[in-house]
Amino acid sequence: MNWSIGKSPTRKDSLEKVTGAAKYTADFIGAQMLHVKLAVSSHAHAKLKKIDTAKAKQVPGVHAIILGPASPLTGDEVKDRPIMASDTVRYYGEPIAAVVADHPFQAKKAAELIEVTYEPLPVINSPKEALQPGATLLHKDLATYEKIPHVYPEANTNIANRTKIRKGNISQGWDESDITIEENFSFSPSDHTAMETRCTIVEIKPDGVVHITSSTQAPYKIKKQFAEIFGLEEGKVVVHAPFVGGGYGGKVATQLEFIAYLASVAVGGKPVKLLYTREEDMVSAPVRIGLDASIKLGATKEGKLTAAEITYLIDSGAYSDKGSMLTKAAAATCTGPYNIENVSCDALCVYTNHPYVTAYRGFSHSEILFVFERAMDILAKKLKMDPLVLREKNVFLPGMTTPTQTVLNHSTVGNLPNCIDKLKDLMNWDEGMVVRVADNKLRVKGISCSWKTSTISGASSGVVLLFNPDGSVNVLSGIVEIGMGTKTILAQLLAERLKMDINKIHVQMEVDTKVIPEHYKTAASRGTLLAGRALLKAADDAVSQLKHIASHVLTCSPDDLEVGYEKVYVRDEPETFVQVKDICYGYEFPNGNSIGGQVIGRGNYTLRHLTNLDYETGAGKSGPEWTVGAQGVEIEFDTTDYTYKLLNAYSVIDIGKVLHYKAAMGQVMGAMSMGLNHASAETFQFTQDAIISSPRLRTYGTFRYGDHPQYHVHFFETPHLDGPYGARGVGENGLIGMPAALANSLSIAAGVELTKLPLTPESIWRAKEGDEEK
Amino acid sequence: MDENAITLSINGRDTTCFVRNAATLLYILREKLGLTGAKPGCLNGDCGACTIDVDGEPMKSCLMLAVEGEGKKITTIEGMKQTTIQSQFIEKFAFQCGYCTPGFIMNCHALIQKHPDATDDMIKNWMESNICRCTGYKEIEDAVKTALRQANQNTDG
Ligand code: FES
Ligand code: FES
Repeated sequence: MNWSIGKSPTRKDSLEKVTGAAKYTADFIGAQMLHVKLAVSSHAHAKLKKIDTAKAKQVPGVHAIILGPASPLTGDEVKDRPIMASDTVRYYGEPIAAVVADHPFQAKKAAELIEVTYEPLPVINSPKEALQPGATLLHKDLATYEKIPHVYPEANTNIANRTKIRKGNISQGWDESDITIEENFSFSPSDHTAMETRCTIVEIKPDGVVHITSSTQAPYKIKKQFAEIFGLEEGKVVVHAPFVGGGYGGKVATQLEFIAYLASVAVGGKPVKLLYTREEDMVSAPVRIGLDASIKLGATKEGKLTAAEITYLIDSGAYSDKGSMLTKAAAATCTGPYNIENVSCDALCVYTNHPYVTAYRGFSHSEILFVFERAMDILAKKLKMDPLVLREKNVFLPGMTTPTQTVLNHSTVGNLPNCIDKLKDLMNWDEGMVVRVADNKLRVKGISCSWKTSTISGASSGVVLLFNPDGSVNVLSGIVEIGMGTKTILAQLLAERLKMDINKIHVQMEVDTKVIPEHYKTAASRGTLLAGRALLKAADDAVSQLKHIASHVLTCSPDDLEVGYEKVYVRDEPETFVQVKDICYGYEFPNGNSIGGQVIGRGNYTLRHLTNLDYETGAGKSGPEWTVGAQGVEIEFDTTDYTYKLLNAYSVIDIGKVLHYKAAMGQVMGAMSMGLNHASAETFQFTQDAIISSPRLRTYGTFRYGDHPQYHVHFFETPHLDGPYGARGVGENGLIGMPAALANSLSIAAGVELTKLPLTPESIWRAKEGDEEK
Repeated sequence: MDENAITLSINGRDTTCFVRNAATLLYILREKLGLTGAKPGCLNGDCGACTIDVDGEPMKSCLMLAVEGEGKKITTIEGMKQTTIQSQFIEKFAFQCGYCTPGFIMNCHALIQKHPDATDDMIKNWMESNICRCTGYKEIEDAVKTALRQANQNTDG
């Protein structure tokens, strides 16, 4: 019987969040604080001929105007991005100048008065265009940029990275196939659209210590990057991450923090706040990838996949940020959750004149699955086979080998056949995929399968447990509370381990990199694995300290003691015990002698045995485990105008272990909604010149209340032996199969293979009309 | 910078502050009065994160000038204590990051006060003015419907 695991204790941030007391970065207000506003590019690609700030300087209240320095360059893997554009702008909305003023309205007025003279350059509007012979080079100095090992920019091209997968023998794969299909897919970049727009406050204290408060998922990365880029001591960079209003990967990137630092330097270290407008947050800040893909699949008559040849061209936009790692993840996951002996895949990170990209929930998995799972349906149709049966015949099982040639086992991969079976049940699959409900109305089902790992080698996490005199415990972890409730789950894990009341466990919500042990980044669904394991180790450390003190009090060996129920007791004689509260600050004997001191538990955890991928073949261990799932969508489709309604959405996920039931449900349903939203409505609209028309919420198409389907969620629990209590990552799995499932249902409904996103009635109509013209 | 003194009645207390004519109520609440529960999300009426209650109506405080607030009864999330909708948001896990939450709660609360017998369509019409990007809206639906049911039971007797 579990003490706390699997239940749904109230979130630790509940009361703060429902009373408006929870503070996010923009909520820190100070009379002395100055405000920064940006002037951004109105061209997607141009030389900056002249930036005239004379009028702007006249605006009352203005303290300073900063232009983009040519160096240092920034970037996670390839240093290719100036802090603000200096001589060239490479995307619409790129920051050019920043104004510091007393009040936001003054800074804004001045920013609008900055006059920029541009000399337009040819614009690259898609990865395909970028790879055309003779295409304009967006980064002439690509070959000389600083970079980490294991990313491979190609000099004199627009390719920032390439990951190759070569598994088996592709020509043999084609020989073995009876049937092949080929298709191309594409979609444009889109936005994360967290409700909190990005915000940062930077102040430099008289002793040179730089304080950065930021809406970030990666406070420790900011610390490292500041030290590296501005030549600061790491100990003199302190990053504060209060509550964050949604991230979905988008707040992993460091961008506005650099600008605000330059602004603070320009005003003698005074605190400056930079809060992005919604438009800047959508366009100037990094976005989600676009993709051009082509895929060829081969299979036997019986439906066994024999070969896959794939090209994924990732639209990384103007800079690479996380683009090169998204490319690596795309290649590593290239075939979806299916075992294919012969695979050849090239994933390219391609520069274009679009906003640059960063992580997005799913880290390129949903994009790749859209392509692959659509191809699976096209193949099933050609084979005249039930699409779920085709999938069942090919799913990854323990003992099989991933595209990166890692052999899976019962711990590292969940049980996908179970998920598929359950999905059939939930969706009433035997009823058939299409049911006519009226003359012009069809009820149609679509499905997809998914797998997800996190390609995050070297990621680690630390936890400290501080006991209070009353026996309660404070948990310090560097995880940022961006909504997943991970800190509540940490409290649960500790309650379980110590068999104590979760109300006596206090979690520190705000991260302060000076005093809280480092957690890699709050991303990649690895919070629970990394911080959970660190926490369990810290708990063991605290337990051994408690036993040590108690062994003197109870005059026995620590080996005979157990900790639980807020006591340390003798294992086979539980009535002999001492209360934790009486020893967690040391113990005073009746004669006045004291032993011990405050119990401070420490623990850390690093992902083990991940390797870099071989450049020629992609061989290597890319992630710790693979969470698998089967998903489905049921829509009602109007055959006259191609409108549709989302009726039901299904997710069956092998989650390893349900730690917090309601949090897991919330994560999965929220992710499903986000996946459906992306697939059905979200995209940036680019003009020929790569100008983004109307980047605002009103037209962007975010779901609102009532757009949501009925959710059906089921969990299996095949333990990941490394995970805390067997848990697997789950924050992204609800999302990643949704675009494919929706596209599969609509392709059946409309009777045309849909290959583009988003799936609006108009885009379906276009596909259909185009089809009819042929 | 021209500022004039105005008096606003907020959460049951009168407060006098100096404001520019062009300042929005959202800006004044946050920057001058430190009431940061109402959030900026778009500043043009699209997201509802800044929703407050003005004379019993939910109002997007980014669309209202502070000077327009004079003589009106303003309630912000900070003025809400232990209401049914707040407990339902906790109970049903109707938030994750929590950024949209104050706006949703203010909107739901006004709905419950004005239309305890709201139909599904009416709930949808009201709730559509706010965006939540974390949840799939199901939990918010559960919270608002349960709170409405409870309000209904109370009025029935
Ligand atoms: S900030 Fe007022 S509606 Fe978005
Ligand atoms: S809880 Fe994050 S936007 Fe609603």
